[in-house]
Amino acid sequence: MRDVAIVSYAQTPYVRSERHRNEVEMLMPIIDEVVTKSGITRQDIGFTCSGSTDYLAGQCFSFVMAVDAVGAWPPIKESHVEMDGAWALYEAWIKIQCGEVDSALIFSFGRSSMGETAETLTLQTDPYTMAPLGPDAISMAALQARSGLDAGLYSERDLAEVAARNRRNALTNPEAQLAGEFDVDALLEAPYRVSPLRDHDCPPVTDGAAAMVIATADVARNASSKPVWIRGIDHRLDCHQLGSRDLTRSPSTELAGQKAGVGTGKIDIAELHAPFTHQEIILKNALGLDDDVRINPSGGALAANPMMSAGLARIGEASRQIAGGAAERAVAHATSGPCLQQNLVCVLEG
Amino acid sequence: MADITPPDDEGLSAPHVLEYAYKRSLGPVLGRFFTGLRDGKIEGIRTRSGRVLVPPSEYDPESGESTDEDFVEVGPGGTVKSWAWVGQPRKNHPLDHPFAFALIELDGADTALMHVVDTGSEAAMSTGMRVSPRWAAEPVGCIQDIAAFVPEDSA
Repeated sequence: MRDVAIVSYAQTPYVRSERHRNEVEMLMPIIDEVVTKSGITRQDIGFTCSGSTDYLAGQCFSFVMAVDAVGAWPPIKESHVEMDGAWALYEAWIKIQCGEVDSALIFSFGRSSMGETAETLTLQTDPYTMAPLGPDAISMAALQARSGLDAGLYSERDLAEVAARNRRNALTNPEAQLAGEFDVDALLEAPYRVSPLRDHDCPPVTDGAAAMVIATADVARNASSKPVWIRGIDHRLDCHQLGSRDLTRSPSTELAGQKAGVGTGKIDIAELHAPFTHQEIILKNALGLDDDVRINPSGGALAANPMMSAGLARIGEASRQIAGGAAERAVAHATSGPCLQQNLVCVLEG
Repeated sequence: MADITPPDDEGLSAPHVLEYAYKRSLGPVLGRFFTGLRDGKIEGIRTRSGRVLVPPSEYDPESGESTDEDFVEVGPGGTVKSWAWVGQPRKNHPLDHPFAFALIELDGADTALMHVVDTGSEAAMSTGMRVSPRWAAEPVGCIQDIAAFVPEDSA
């Protein structure tokens, strides 16, 4: 294995609706920032990989235009995943492990505000047995939430406390969208959105982008005063039929966490991509995190949920905690698909 | 890079519809499942380990093995394993009044089918309740041939 480090990370401010900048205009400042901070010249970055989806842009091959934000002349080695940027990071990490390149630029972007996100996400369900019934993302999450309530894994109050803590943490994150002090008793008096979920259990709709540069040890040590090492990274998948899964657990997160080496040392902080409150509890259990692990100091996906970037943002936010000296060892997680169907786990160290 | 302050207006916007207007073959397993629904019966498929999957698939998600087209009729009654009450249906939901999405384990099946339950009120919903299908008036071979599940005693 080659040692690989995150040398720089940047994200746009996360907002409800980015009406005046297109995707390229959102990306240009943060790509400029991560390349400059990395200390590696644009021409010397070996590989570029992005994560986005045509279903948000409403246009096929929409990612090609985003290459304008990178600059593709002289020609670059470039790839794209129709997934969260965390999986673009995974592809770039593999590319470095294969010995083909020594550094990579990763970026991701999406403007959820252009459609009805909960309904757009219906389109990733089984097109024959599920999608024709229109299961929206919130209703599917609600099916999972009730499974855990019925099993006694958590209470509605536990879920409200998850929401309040994440949005309180977000008060110190200037790029978060939804931050504030919320009273748990007041939250529990609100009506259900889709029972058993209330508004506070659901993520905000967010536009935004993220970018990162990674590099091998030699390049990283020359480029960065504080490289953050990727000690393990793995992703796994559960069945696409909700009714074939035990929704109270996340077996794919458990397996990815074992493969990434979460349990081989003390974890100081965790950035978990849990768009819905109950999912943070499922993920905490799946990763075997102790109660003293600080979860989502950034506010997590409940404070800002930029589609296609919220997973990469978890890894970026965890790297910021380590680079800033607030943590020595962190776990970051990204998810994709309904009810935590696919999960990526990344272990970072200073 | 210059810091550009956006104008204080709503910007330009226009409607855009994304759709893929093509048809696909369902294959041997889902093809039979949907033909069965058209004829008023629900069929699952038995895996090599003996579990009955509903809806059926060509492979066992646990092992990746082929399911050998070993079809088993299930239901029509079943048990609600989980549910989510939709008080304000969206335009692409199958019912235009409040209903529940539910995971329903049909009698004889080992997995749950995601569908909708029409009870009229959230108070009538509960985990473990018995339901059975209300069939569409003119079935055509699709998942909506079951218009909804309803409480068993009212079917």
